[in-house]
Formats: sequence, C-alpha cells, structure tokens
Amino acid sequence: MSPASSAPAPVSAPGRVSIVRSVLTNPLGLIAAILLLLVIVATVFAPLIAPFAAGDLQIFKINAPPGDGYLLGGDGSGRDIFSRLVYGAQNTLIGALIALSVAAIIGVTAGLFAGYFGGRREVVMSWIADGLMALPALIVLLAFYQSLGSSIHVSMVIFGVMLSPGFYRLTRNLVNGVKHELYVDAARVSGLSDMRIIARHILLVIRAPVIIQTSIVAGISIVIQAGLEFLGLGDPSIPTWGGMLQDAFANMFVVPTAILWPGLAISVTVASFVLLANAIRDRLQQGNRVAAAPALPAAVPQSVGAAPTDAGVLLDVRDLVVGYPAKSGWTEVVNGVSLQLRRGEVLGLVGESGSGKTQTAFAILGLLSTGGRILSGCIWFDGRDIANLPESEMQKLRGKRIAYVPQEPMSNLDPAFRIGYQLTEPMVTVLGISRAEAKARALKLLARVGMPDPNRTFNSYPHQVSGGMAQRVLIARAISCSPDLLIADEPTTALDVTVQAEVLELMRDLQAEMNMSVVLVTHNFGVVADLCHRVSVMKDGRVVETSAVKTLFADPQHDYTKMLLAAVLDDVTPRVYKPLQAKEVSA
Amino acid sequence: MLSYVSKRLLSSLVLLALVTTLTFAMVFGGADNVAQNILGENATDQQIADLETRLGIDRPLYEQYGTWVAKAVRGDLGVSWTMGESVSKILSGRLPVTLSMVVLAICIIGIVSALLGIAAAVRGGWADRVIQLISVVGFSLPNFWLGLILVVVFALNLRWLPATGYTDFLNSPTGWLASLALPVGALVLSGIASASQQVRGAMIDALRQDYVRTLRAGGIKPSSVLFRHALRNAMPAALTVLSLQFIGLLGGAAIIERVFAIPGLGSITVQAALSGDIPVLMGVVVTMIILVVIVNIAIDLANAWVNPKVRL
Repeated sequence: MSPASSAPAPVSAPGRVSIVRSVLTNPLGLIAAILLLLVIVATVFAPLIAPFAAGDLQIFKINAPPGDGYLLGGDGSGRDIFSRLVYGAQNTLIGALIALSVAAIIGVTAGLFAGYFGGRREVVMSWIADGLMALPALIVLLAFYQSLGSSIHVSMVIFGVMLSPGFYRLTRNLVNGVKHELYVDAARVSGLSDMRIIARHILLVIRAPVIIQTSIVAGISIVIQAGLEFLGLGDPSIPTWGGMLQDAFANMFVVPTAILWPGLAISVTVASFVLLANAIRDRLQQGNRVAAAPALPAAVPQSVGAAPTDAGVLLDVRDLVVGYPAKSGWTEVVNGVSLQLRRGEVLGLVGESGSGKTQTAFAILGLLSTGGRILSGCIWFDGRDIANLPESEMQKLRGKRIAYVPQEPMSNLDPAFRIGYQLTEPMVTVLGISRAEAKARALKLLARVGMPDPNRTFNSYPHQVSGGMAQRVLIARAISCSPDLLIADEPTTALDVTVQAEVLELMRDLQAEMNMSVVLVTHNFGVVADLCHRVSVMKDGRVVETSAVKTLFADPQHDYTKMLLAAVLDDVTPRVYKPLQAKEVSA
Repeated sequence: MLSYVSKRLLSSLVLLALVTTLTFAMVFGGADNVAQNILGENATDQQIADLETRLGIDRPLYEQYGTWVAKAVRGDLGVSWTMGESVSKILSGRLPVTLSMVVLAICIIGIVSALLGIAAAVRGGWADRVIQLISVVGFSLPNFWLGLILVVVFALNLRWLPATGYTDFLNSPTGWLASLALPVGALVLSGIASASQQVRGAMIDALRQDYVRTLRAGGIKPSSVLFRHALRNAMPAALTVLSLQFIGLLGGAAIIERVFAIPGLGSITVQAALSGDIPVLMGVVVTMIILVVIVNIAIDLANAWVNPKVRL
C-alpha cells in the first residue's frame, strides 16, 4: 500500500523476498501482525485471560449491560461476552487452520504436478478445479450438514477441498511460468531429478504467492465458518464468534449493541490477514513500481529560441530532452536532440535500439508513455512550439496534421472492432464528414494501398488479415486526413522481407503523391537508402551525425556511423541508392 | 457457436451428474437418523421403521438413487419430507425471490465496480484509495454482520426501511425495492471489493496496449479511446469476475435471507439442512448447478460478442 522502506530496496527476484521483513517494514502489515499475535495469544492463554469459563452463566445477567465483572456485558443466556470472545478465538483459528491446510495441501500439490508435468493430467485436474469453482460452497456445506454432523471441523475439511482450486490455479500458473526458465533447464540437464528440481527451484518461486493466497484463504475460511455457526450449524456447546452472533441476533431487539463485539472480532482478524497479504504483495511488486514523479530538474534551462525563419522548414526540434521518473530523479532517454525537416522531405532517424529514436518520435506526437515528460527543448512545428502544448491542443494536431504509423501492425489495431470502423473513425472525428462519405473514402484508400478486395477488408476484423495487410490499413488510416507530417516508427520491421519491399514502395509513392514530410525511424540502412533524403544517426539519446543520404553512405563522419555501416555492409550487398522524385530535396 | 453451446452443455451435464451423485451419496448415506429427527424423541421403533419405508430410505442406496434419477430427469424432484409439498413447487415459488435479489445485486456490483475501476485506472488518486479501502473492508466484513448492522441502523433506529420480509415486485415495485435495499446493500460490498479491483486491472492493461497510443495518434477523442475502445477490450475480464460473483452471491443469499427473513432459496436451504429434508436439499443443489451453468454460458456468449477473436 505504501512504499514504507526508505532504504533503497535491492531489486530482488520474486521468491527471494524476505517475508518477515516485508511484513515488518510495512506499517499496516506490522499492525496486522501485532493484532494476529494478540488473537493467537488469546487462543493459547484463553483460561488465563478470560475471567469466566466459556459456559459460566449467571441467570440475573441475561443481556446485562457492560460492567459488574462482565466487561462487555452478558449474552442471551447470561454468559460473559468477553470471556466467550476469548474462547471463541481458539475455535475460529482452529477451523480456519483446518480449511487452510486441506486447501493448500491439495491445491499446491495438484498445481505443482499439473504445471510441471502438464499433459492429460493437467486437463483432468483443471476440469475438476473448474467444477469445484462452479459450486456455491455454502450451499454444498448446507446440503452435507446432516451427514457431516454438527462438528464444524468436518465441514471445514470439505470447505478446504472447495477452496483448493484457488491454490491449484495459482501454483500451476506460477510453475508454467518458470519451468522453462534457463536455470530450471540447466538443473535438468545437469541431471537433477524432477523431485529435486521442484523442491529446490520451483518451491522457492511459488513460496511468497502461496503465502499471500494462504492469508486470503484464512480470511475466507473465518468468514464462512462464522456464517455456518451463525446459521446454527455449529455445535451450540462450543463458544464461537459465529455462534455468538447468532445469539446476539436472537436478542437484537433487546440489546442491539451485542452484535458488535463478535462481528468486530471476525472483521479485525480477517482484515489483519488481508493486510498481511497486502504487505507481502507490495514487497513483491516493489521492483517494478516507481514512486511519485520526482521534481523537475530546475537547473536545465528552457531553451526557447525563436521560430525558424525559413518557411520551408516544417519541423524544427531543438535540444530536446525527454525523461522518465526513476528512483532518484529523472532518467533521460533523449538527451538534447536537434532535428530539422523541410516540407516534402523524408528524414531517416537511425540508431541501435535504445538510442532514443522512438522516444523522440513519441515526444513530437505528444504521446510519451506514462510518466514520460519533455524536460527541456522545443519542437517547432509549422511555426508553433508544440513541446509544451496542452493535451487538448495537441489532440487537434494529431491525425489531422501529424500522423503516425507504428511498428507492429497487429497490436496497433483494436482487436474488438472491424477494420472499416477503425478506418472511418478518425475521418469522422477529425474531418467531421459523414459516416457514409468516410466509408466511400475508406474504400478508395484501401484500394489505393493495394487491397485486392477493399469491401472484404473493410468488413474484416484485424485478426482476419495478414500482418502486411494490417500495416497497409494503418498506413491508409494515417494518411486518411492528409497530414503534413507522417511519423513512421520502423514501419516494416515486423513484416516478411517480400512484404517489406512492397510496403516501402507504397510509402515512397504516397510520400511523393501527397508531398508529405516524413520522419522515418529505422535501424535498417537499406530502408534509409530506399526512402530517405537525409539521415540523422542517433546514439545514447543524442544525434551524432546528420547528412544527406548519399554523403552518409559515401563519407560517414562519426565513428559510430562507420561502425553501423560496417555492420550492415559486411555481410549484405548494399542496395543501390535510388534518388527520389520529391520536389524539394535539401542536401 | 452451436457446437460450442452443445459442448458446453455436455460438459455441464457431466458436472451435474457427478455433483448430484456425490451429494446423493453423502446426504442419503448419512440419513440414518432422519426418521428419528422427523418423528421426535418419543417415536417408537415401529413408527420409525414405518416412516423409513414410506420415505423409501430403507432400501439400498443405489436403488434409491436409481429412483431419484429416473424421476428427476422428468422434472419430478420428489416430495418434501417436512413440508409435504412437491419439491419442484417449493423451489419454483422461491427461486424468483432469490433471483430478483441476486440479479439486483449483480447489476449494482457491475455498475459501481465499472465506475470505480475505470476512475481508478484513468485518474488514480482518490478512486485508487477508495478501491484499496473497499478491498480490505469489503473482504473483512462478513455480509451477514453488515446486514445486522444495517438492520440496527436503518430499520431499528432510523426506521427508514423494513427490517425483515419480502414484497413481490409485481405487487409493489417500490415495496420490492424497499424490502431488498438492506439485504442487497449487505450483499454487494464484498462483490464490489473484488470486482472493482479486477476492472481497474483490466482497464490499466487495456490502456497500455499499443493500439491505444495509435488511436490517440490518429486524433480520436479521449472519451472514445476510453469508453469505446479500452472498455470494450477490458470487458471480458470484468464479465468473468461477475460470473464468479454470481456463484458467491448464491451462497451469500443463504445467510442474508435468514437475517432478513426473505422466503427465498437460501432460507429454504438452511431450513432443510437443519431439519434433514433431503429431497429439498437435492433439489436446491440441482437448481443451483443449473443456474450456474446458464450464467456461465451466457457470460461466455457475451464475451464472444464483445471479443470477435473468440470463436465459439
């Protein structure tokens, strides 16, 4: 719930978390642990704590108010409520322990085997688990009551069986997740038996999640047990919290406050178990969570500058710095990038993965991932600095003036909507045209990007078309509102080689046809040679070299560019540089 | 889709057969003292033997089971041992009461969880804290205790709502709502606790998808991205939680109906369990499983409608 430890926590692998420490360093976890300890103490030392025996009754103290030796008053039979609460803790914990043990032993064992060995065993076990989960547990316990007798413990055994699917699913999924990890494979290759691998490697991984589940199940068991006792299905001679609630319910019109104490005892105990589970879970998740965004570094000056005077310049990025919040301060992923793009020009943005190409592209679109911010610098787009434009203003630019073609076509179409809808939605929103007109335009666009049967594609869902077709759809959508600037982020990387060539061809034609400016993010020099007029080479969030394509290939200046080129040219025949037909090419 | 439904029905039939057989074995196998219980302490051995013959429980278990199944498949669930009425008649009178309560509860859980979960996924902040608080409180308060507190506060002290009883919807819709307000209030908290967290998680997952960024890059309005695209993709997870909630509510209804003296399936189950009315118990188990099966298939169909990738 709250990242309590101020000490820099070592990023620990799941399963290697110290359970005890994770509970003690979390304030709520600590409170929960203390409360549970109190309940356990009450369980063990009940005869010492309770002033009266559980069954002691004084006839003149029926429904008596608190006082006169009865700390919380007397119940419907004149017994001390406080003493019965203390004795009730014992029965509650024992019942919960029974259900818990049965559920954990059955569920974890079955989960380990189903997950580790898989196959038919897993199918059968999963079917049983699904079946058990489909049954309302309380109804089953009620139906079995006559044959089980009034011992709540037997009922809790059955309830444990009904709770085991939770443990089963958890364990099976965890084991499925780790069984193909390299270290498990290594253990197998080095001749460790399956049992040894399960005992040594896999149990370690499932330990913490199983403890969390245990804590939750303990809570569920206490509530259900109290429910059964409340309904009168327990042994009336044994003091239990649920039984006390039943008694209080019967006398509710006389002393309404009596329902408070047993209910509070149940709720506080269950809440303690939940908070304990939360404390451990928080600790497990700490590695991949970032605290609140750190303060903006004030030291970096905002370089404002004036708008570019040359009207031919469409996009002018200056000293762009993009950062993401980290444990201490900001991690800068783009570190002072400057780019210029003229109207009708195609600029390649090249560099290895992690060099900041994509983040630069997202910054221009104003679509950085959660937490990301432009820390300084400016982005002049058509005479306006859009680096710090409010989201509502940015939204008016996107789609209409700046468009985007993503890398992975399949994950960038909404799987739940037909392609036709996804293609017409931007036109209807951005251009304000009618749905019918948008459809007519969409069909034309689909034909233009090379769909053999536009009508069929229009009515298809994304999963019904190939990756190459999906990318053509995304390109069609990006150009549907005639943007001035197209940002394409590795538009061909995810496609087959033959399809790559076709899509590049399409992009080249569309660029020339519409005289769009394009920022083409890529790591492929073949694509650069094919499509771009100029190239900026990026490394570690900086632009190390910008030049015309021909110059770059003929005479690379920076060592890093030379290295990149060498890496490509070593084993691949370079593609012949083919000049573009664009109207305006700046060299 | 037809083949899916028939496959699902077949699998459900197997489940139904297994559970009823097991339940039958458990409850009839343990029905030694039933005649004694029904007749009371002073019954003579002869009276007990007569009653056992009349109820048919002196026969071997498999024979009783055969008779029960043969009748049950024709819709005849036998006659109640303690109420003298046919089980089907008793159940069909009580099922609508419980269903109307559970359906109302599910609707409220669904709506509140969706609102809270979406708010927490999008804004974080207060909605996140509310969900965290509810998740602990809703889980920890037993629904019947919450029900008792609601009765004390709203019925006994404030006298706004009736403490017990049930009014049929057809007789008086407002009376129906008033009679169910407190029981449903007691039932929904724990459901909201778990469902709102699931909705939040599913929405956060959906909003992290690549296509959300691409939609925004295409100039689509934030409201459309959120409610049309992300919500629709988060729907399957939310629907699955609701189907589990439904099962939980059927059990929860048993206790809540007892607290509020509502004449539904749950209270008859408790009554039958305490008095050993085995035909009624068997009838309840069969009804419950059929209900769960119907709801699960309905949820799967809804999922298939929301998510075109699911081919039924």
